[in-house]
Amino acid sequence: MQPPEERDEVEMLWLMLLIRRFEERASQQYQSQKIGGFCHLYIGQEAVVAGAIAATRRDDYIITAYRDHAHALARGTSANACMAELFGKDTGCSRGLGGSMHFFDKEHHMYGGHAIVGAHVPLACGLAFACKYRNEDRVTLCFFGDGAINQGAFHEALNLAALYKLPVIFICENNLFAMGTSVERSTSLKQIIQRAEGYDIPACIVDGMNFRAVRDKLAEVIASVRKEPHPAFVEARTYRYRGHSMSDPASYRTKEQLEKYRLDDPITRLRAQLTREGTLTNEKFDELDKEAKRAALDSVKFAEESNEPPLAKLYDYTYAP
Amino acid sequence: MNMREITYRQALNEALAEELARDPNVFLMGEEVAEYNGAYKVSQGLLERFGPKRIIDTPISENGFAGLGVGAAMVGLRPIIEFMTFSFSLVAFDQVVNNAPNMLTMSGGQFNIPIVFRGPNGPAHQLGATHSHATECLYANVPGLKICTPATPRDAKGLLKTAVRDNNPVLVLESELLYSSKGMIEPPHVELLIPLGKAEVKREGSDVTIVCYAQTVPLALRVAEQLEEENISAEVLDLRSIKPLDEEAIYKSVAKTHRVVVAEQDRPYCGVGAEICYRIQKNIFDELDAPVARVSQEDVPMPYNERLEHAVLPNAEKLVAAVKKVCYA
Ligand SMILES: Cc1ncc(C[n+]2csc(CCOP(=O)(O)OP(=O)(O)O)c2C)c(N)n1
Ligand SMILES: [Mg+2]
Repeated sequence: MQPPEERDEVEMLWLMLLIRRFEERASQQYQSQKIGGFCHLYIGQEAVVAGAIAATRRDDYIITAYRDHAHALARGTSANACMAELFGKDTGCSRGLGGSMHFFDKEHHMYGGHAIVGAHVPLACGLAFACKYRNEDRVTLCFFGDGAINQGAFHEALNLAALYKLPVIFICENNLFAMGTSVERSTSLKQIIQRAEGYDIPACIVDGMNFRAVRDKLAEVIASVRKEPHPAFVEARTYRYRGHSMSDPASYRTKEQLEKYRLDDPITRLRAQLTREGTLTNEKFDELDKEAKRAALDSVKFAEESNEPPLAKLYDYTYAP
Repeated sequence: MNMREITYRQALNEALAEELARDPNVFLMGEEVAEYNGAYKVSQGLLERFGPKRIIDTPISENGFAGLGVGAAMVGLRPIIEFMTFSFSLVAFDQVVNNAPNMLTMSGGQFNIPIVFRGPNGPAHQLGATHSHATECLYANVPGLKICTPATPRDAKGLLKTAVRDNNPVLVLESELLYSSKGMIEPPHVELLIPLGKAEVKREGSDVTIVCYAQTVPLALRVAEQLEEENISAEVLDLRSIKPLDEEAIYKSVAKTHRVVVAEQDRPYCGVGAEICYRIQKNIFDELDAPVARVSQEDVPMPYNERLEHAVLPNAEKLVAAVKKVCYA
């Protein structure tokens, strides 16, 4: 069995910075109408995907919902390809045909970008089924929000995963809200993980604002799933700083709540940990941040200069040849 | 009577408020309809006015709450189920297609289902393949469902109110792109009921009839205006309901103009326009001076890119070309 690649914590800090700076640029470009449709930002939740990715191998599969920019970046899709997708350009990761909610990157084992809440959870079972079918020891990470756990598709998928002992790790990114609906107003159980327990799937909770906590817990879970295929469930408690989408003023939550989570910022936290331990200087951090900002800015330039998908290709992807 | 100008969104809001006030069996249920005042603010203020017993937020469980609505309707409540968009109604397809419209027949006439499913339908702007479905052709195929597609504030209010009072499952297919559009309407105290299955001539013309509904109505009106400058007089016939279909209105207009273009917002294959074209040729073939033309979406999943999306949609260029073709202009 191949071990996970060691991912340098400084490298993962850089990834979180890249995600944040990329999305800040995306937000700005959305406001100047370079980006259309719906656009959901991940800012605040970076430690979840970074921690999870740090615990995976590069050939593991991931799949997520529509808040997907970070997942593609974490998987190694270039900032250029991500921004170009938002701009609807031919150089985008989905050739400008998918948009913000539908990022795909086969090369990096990123299986979407899915915009119907809950609909991709069964797909994750299919990915995991194929791995088991072929006797591969890959695992599939399936990300979704707290709102997805009330969809029928979610329930059917969990049962199938448990029944067929599929190597899939369900990661619920609990940011407390599904649009304007808080978890208490949407879910009958006190604890989200009880949902998984109801299907006899081992489940745990991690602090999704803490990179190391996510990584270490996921490393443990993944090792177990890789050894003997079975599903697992992780609830990562996190928070989105921005509204649900670019058009949501988020007036259903308090300033105090937002401030509380901002003070617990995942980037600030990892930075402090690394600085305290002597692995990171302030100069090095500034350099990383400057790099991240530059990469984000460059991606805008790349997207602007890229070509639109040709009209002649309109029919090319409706059916496979 | 003092007509006034309101938005399509306000018109729907008035219809909901009036029907909720009139009949205690009416309730509104859906995602974000109560505390958030509606994803598109159609239910603004209704929670405050009617309380949480009648304005009910749901989890993201379309199949569940659509089915709850059907069950409640079996025993005499009159649910209004909001889909945040009809693209998400596909998650509840079984309830809308299998349970709601079949019940009356299956029970030998014992259980009618007085339910309204409503929400925005059809492509909005760059929402991509999963969020851009024009579902009218899917649902129009199902016996037992009624479907209306208001294009103006007045029609939105009058059709929604009628839908709530109908004893059958009725789909009110609204349009995100029309929510902020304005139009003239009777004052609030006037009971505005527009019958299902009645089309309306939105613009008189003599050379060609454009049969349209929902988002293709403003499109047809714009195009008619443009064609006027080229001395083509287009009549714009807004179907308002897809099912039942006002065939008489179509035949009347075509008997006058002898040329017809059907402008639909759904896809061409088995689309609403296919049915209309068939009926025209079957019933008033002799009135036609040219083959019937059709403008619709292209037969592809909706691309995100703006230019490609425009090319997929039934747009002004396609409609003008189709009109000119049937007019041999
Ligand atoms: C089936 C379906 N219903 C409704 C929606 C509209 N919608 C998009 S995101 C969302 C909230 C989802 O919240 P959550 O799962 O917690 O994810 P988060 O946005 O917090 O990341 C809703 C209701 C949808 N996309 N799909
Ligand atoms: Mg959430």
